[in-house]
Amino acid sequence: MDVVSSKTITVEVNGARYEREVDARRLLIHFLRDDLDLTGSHIGCDTGNCGACSVLVDGTLVKSCMLLGIQADGAKIETVEGLAQDGRLTALQQSFSDHHALQCGYCTPGMLMSATALLRANPHPSELEIRHGIQGNICRCTGYVNIVEAIRAAAE
Amino acid sequence: MLLRDVEYARPASVEDAVRLLSEFDGARALAGGQTLINVMKARAASPDVLVDLNDLDDLKGIELGSDGTLEIGAMATYTDVMTSAEARARPILGEVCAQIADVQVRNRGTIGGNVCSNDPTNHLPPLLVAVGATMTIVGAGEERSVPADEFFLGVYMTAAGPGELLTKITVPPGKSDGFASVTIGKEGTCIVNAAASLSDGSPRVAIGCVDAVPVLLQPSSSEASAVREAVRGASLMPPSDVHASADYRRHLAEVLAARAVTQASGGK
Repeated sequence: MDVVSSKTITVEVNGARYEREVDARRLLIHFLRDDLDLTGSHIGCDTGNCGACSVLVDGTLVKSCMLLGIQADGAKIETVEGLAQDGRLTALQQSFSDHHALQCGYCTPGMLMSATALLRANPHPSELEIRHGIQGNICRCTGYVNIVEAIRAAAE
Repeated sequence: MLLRDVEYARPASVEDAVRLLSEFDGARALAGGQTLINVMKARAASPDVLVDLNDLDDLKGIELGSDGTLEIGAMATYTDVMTSAEARARPILGEVCAQIADVQVRNRGTIGGNVCSNDPTNHLPPLLVAVGATMTIVGAGEERSVPADEFFLGVYMTAAGPGELLTKITVPPGKSDGFASVTIGKEGTCIVNAAASLSDGSPRVAIGCVDAVPVLLQPSSSEASAVREAVRGASLMPPSDVHASADYRRHLAEVLAARAVTQASGGK
């Protein structure tokens, strides 16, 4: 059984394959931002509370500041950069724009990934289900009202 | 946050995991990581070797025996318990898991991690004590079972010692359970929580957040007055902090114990 301090890992991020050596101590969010230059996912609190770093790993919504990069070896990862295709926003992203669901925008990448995960699992959520779905994502600007409205509208 | 230098292994079997944990003094099991990674950032824990349990599929199952006994693998996530058809045999388990943190944490955090970290404010230690769960621990060459009320030894300390691994939590059959808490903010960290379970009408109550380990009480009846008297009789010495004074926690312990027993008795 190998005990390693670094390892060459292979991940698929938004459909593109990457092979990189990563230190065991490197958090997944740093691997994404600094090694792969995918800076859409943000670091907010770095304590697992704010959700700005939320991404999908093998289809499961997680906070990438509480995973090690080395743990993602072999995984398929989706980040906010993977949502829009050829410059066309997803219905959810367009709805965020239409409903003014962001002000400073710092929480938006994580908020979009949480809402994407929610709508995949539950295409027609109630307002309460939407609020529970984004419970792990903190927004300090909007008061959430327009975010909830944007997700609700995108679900229709 | 850049973590302190650490080594990493991802064993494919429980035997390999236990061997690694006993081979290296500074080894720690990495389950969901929703606590451990953060305490590593804060340098409150500095393991030399992380033994990642995420490939141990044997520890992820939730099985329901013909007599209603539930066997929950230590690596089952909160989401697994909430969505498992088998776990509905004991509905309180999924109901309480749904109150823990948020979607992302529930997707990743595990039952075994929750109890092995044994933070006194966690939800599951009092719940598992109240329902009379049994913990299965594997060490080098041997497996043993420990009742939940003997598993929790102190703040962040359990009967699963160095070189050992909690593999399974066994919950006996039953449905008459309750759980009540007062939290910091909605569904935040518990200030006090209480779990109750009734078998043959007599309640088992476990109160969390008031001592280093869950406090187990067996009131003489399910009447609120008897439950409150049992809590008073325990002479709790809860901590006092910015969120609540010791007196207020003592008060909450009485109220929440009575609420949990009421829920277990079929009331609201």
